[in-house]
Amino acid sequence: MLERAAEQGVPAPLLQAVGISKRFGDLLANDAIDLDLWPAEIHALLGENGAGKSTLVKIIYGLIQPSAGELRWMGRPVVLDGPAQARALGVGMVFQHFSLFENLTVAENVVLGLPPTESFAAVSARLAELSRAYGLPLDPKREVWRLSVGERQRIEIVRALMQNPKLLILDEPTAVLTPQEADRLFETLERLKGEGRAILYISHKLEEVKRLCDTATILRLGRKVATCDPRRETAASLARMMVGGEIGEVKSGAGRSAAGARLIVRDLSLEPDDPHGVRLDRVSLEVRGGEILGVAGVAGNGQDELFAALSGERLVDADAIHIDHRAVGNLSVNDRRRLGAAFVPEERLGHATAPRMSLSDNALLTGHAVTDMVRHGFINRAATLASVDRTTKTFDVRKSKRDPEAVSLSGGNLQKFVVGREILREPGILVVSQPTWGVDAGAAATVRQALLDLAARGAAVLVISQDLDELEEIADRIAVMFEGRMSAPLAAAQADRETIGLLMGGSSLKPREAAHAGA
Amino acid sequence: MGLLESIVLAVLAASTPLLLAAAGELVAERAGVLNLGVEGMMIVGAACGFAAAWLTGSIVIGALAGIAAGTALAGVFALLTLGLAVNQVATGLALTILGVGLSGLIGAGFVGERIAGAPHLYIPGLTDIPFLGRILFGEDPFVYLSLAIVVGIWWFLYRTRAGLELRAIGDNPASAHALGLPVLRKRALAVLFGGACAGLGGAYLPLAYTPFWISGMTAGRGWIALALVVFASWQPGRLVAGAYLFGAVTILQLHAQGAGVGIPSQFMSSLPYLATILVLVVISRTRGRAGAAAPASLGTVFVPDR
Repeated sequence: MLERAAEQGVPAPLLQAVGISKRFGDLLANDAIDLDLWPAEIHALLGENGAGKSTLVKIIYGLIQPSAGELRWMGRPVVLDGPAQARALGVGMVFQHFSLFENLTVAENVVLGLPPTESFAAVSARLAELSRAYGLPLDPKREVWRLSVGERQRIEIVRALMQNPKLLILDEPTAVLTPQEADRLFETLERLKGEGRAILYISHKLEEVKRLCDTATILRLGRKVATCDPRRETAASLARMMVGGEIGEVKSGAGRSAAGARLIVRDLSLEPDDPHGVRLDRVSLEVRGGEILGVAGVAGNGQDELFAALSGERLVDADAIHIDHRAVGNLSVNDRRRLGAAFVPEERLGHATAPRMSLSDNALLTGHAVTDMVRHGFINRAATLASVDRTTKTFDVRKSKRDPEAVSLSGGNLQKFVVGREILREPGILVVSQPTWGVDAGAAATVRQALLDLAARGAAVLVISQDLDELEEIADRIAVMFEGRMSAPLAAAQADRETIGLLMGGSSLKPREAAHAGA
Repeated sequence: MGLLESIVLAVLAASTPLLLAAAGELVAERAGVLNLGVEGMMIVGAACGFAAAWLTGSIVIGALAGIAAGTALAGVFALLTLGLAVNQVATGLALTILGVGLSGLIGAGFVGERIAGAPHLYIPGLTDIPFLGRILFGEDPFVYLSLAIVVGIWWFLYRTRAGLELRAIGDNPASAHALGLPVLRKRALAVLFGGACAGLGGAYLPLAYTPFWISGMTAGRGWIALALVVFASWQPGRLVAGAYLFGAVTILQLHAQGAGVGIPSQFMSSLPYLATILVLVVISRTRGRAGAAAPASLGTVFVPDR
């Protein structure tokens, strides 16, 4: 390959991964992966969670060493002992989970990513200039914990750009951005590409990849499936390659008729209980029986506090929350469950389940008040096991034995279990937060279908999600949270992305005022 | 010498061991390592310091021996918590128990012995200025050294790249590792520095404060030093204020006892500890944002994935 390229006078790829393999114990996270990255090209790395994207990228950035295979930088083999070496070559990385230091200032964060030869003052000046030039405004003296998610990502990008990288790696950069913020990011990336830099863009958002990327490499279960031009593929064909089969289409329950309101929240205000939290400010909403209400918004705008208030983890005024016309704001989680409500929090491990306890014990933890799992104070083991079996069968939970520890299940299977555990009790009201966060497409489809079916049977379902695609797929109405306030809901059919995006960015909460004026 | 002058001098002397030990612990905690073994490192420093000074007749060698002993004990802590990723709280508590036991062993042959304490500074003219002269120019060298160490720590943390890296590691070791910073090495150095300071603070007691050895002579000062770091919100400047405040409480209760205030002496002796508890409660109630003060990774074990 190389020789041929040289003969034809074509330069070698900027970075070439040849037969990269990485083994963690029994798991082969990367299996002989080849990847060519060229200058002035945006190259997508596609794959489901656990497909091996992060592992491959960490190898390219020198964070972990491959078990086998070779990296070539501009045609020459290199061994990367650490990120400092990768950066010296010209590799920059923007992490998915920000690698920022919350208690340090923007400038201090940037300085730490640079070689120690440049003085602090010089770095600050260059930072200001660079952030202006690329339209990424930042105040160097601000501490990071005061900044929004979008601003934090800007720091990461500027930090990477300060090293003038030839290759920039971005790990799911739009996962936490509003659509408008994502658009601005794409403009910046196009510009970087125009300057001749190579960009490796990790994502599982297919539309985004089709729009932005010149080439796509698709991974599945640690293996490379294909390299293709994403603009010539359809979203469906890309998805097929990612998943290795068809994804079940979610069928919305046509002819669902919304009945009266079953969950009503009226002027719910709540102070946060930790210093990083968000204050809920007169949140009002109604969920009717047979309806799914979606709550959109960038994470950290009060969704956690809203969930805590709805589930009874934090108590509020009795009248702030009504379930089936009973004031429940000051009732405990179990009292609300007895009224037919069920709750699925965002974190699967540590909140929805106790990681090191068996599934049957975990079933007991949310079911003891409202099922036959406890009799006269004693655990009815047969009932807890039966409940696990039922959930397993109905929701196709795959596990190694009948009653394993929660932590041993994969993310998708555990999510099917925690959602299924509640749905099998046929709740009248279900509040679920990020129902398909970080799960594979197959499990996501199962969970969404289950939510739709539950609503079709007359339950009121409230879905808090950052994933707009998901809400558009299953919600009847969508409301947006921003800084602890809630917009008036929009009918999903009429809610276009731009409007929702503006609401997510907080630029307008007018629909709510308009609704009030009209009422 | 007036009463006020003697009180101020006594407060400065009583505060110095606290300031030294707390300054070292502040650096370790800024790197994200919670070493609860300060009391143990102090008392081993005190025992070794006294033994070395008694054997050689040199206060300097005594101080160096105290530093070496504190550093050695901190080395054990670093080996366990950083090398083997053992829980920091449990290891720190064990270190204190180990230190107290060791100090009894080392000091067994020296009980009741006396040495000449560290000389005080004397600059003709300056030291003779009434009141201020003794206070500013007539202290023992440890007092000046402790203040110099705190200033040095401030300069290191906020004015040097290495200090910035240390704060970054304490804030988020995983990110620091991703940036290529040597997390474990820097943490180890911070712990060793903490041990050296604690050893020196301990050695101050038999070398200058009360120039003889009795077992258990640190009497909980290591715990007060730990509380001081929290009291100071991990800021070197506030550490000085806090240390002198606590030193003042210690001295005032002695004077109150001497003046025959009708309060049981046991209660008065416990005042510094009660003040510690009170201050911690007040701080945790009034602090707006805890995260801005405490190093975010404090007390957590970090194991780099390879």
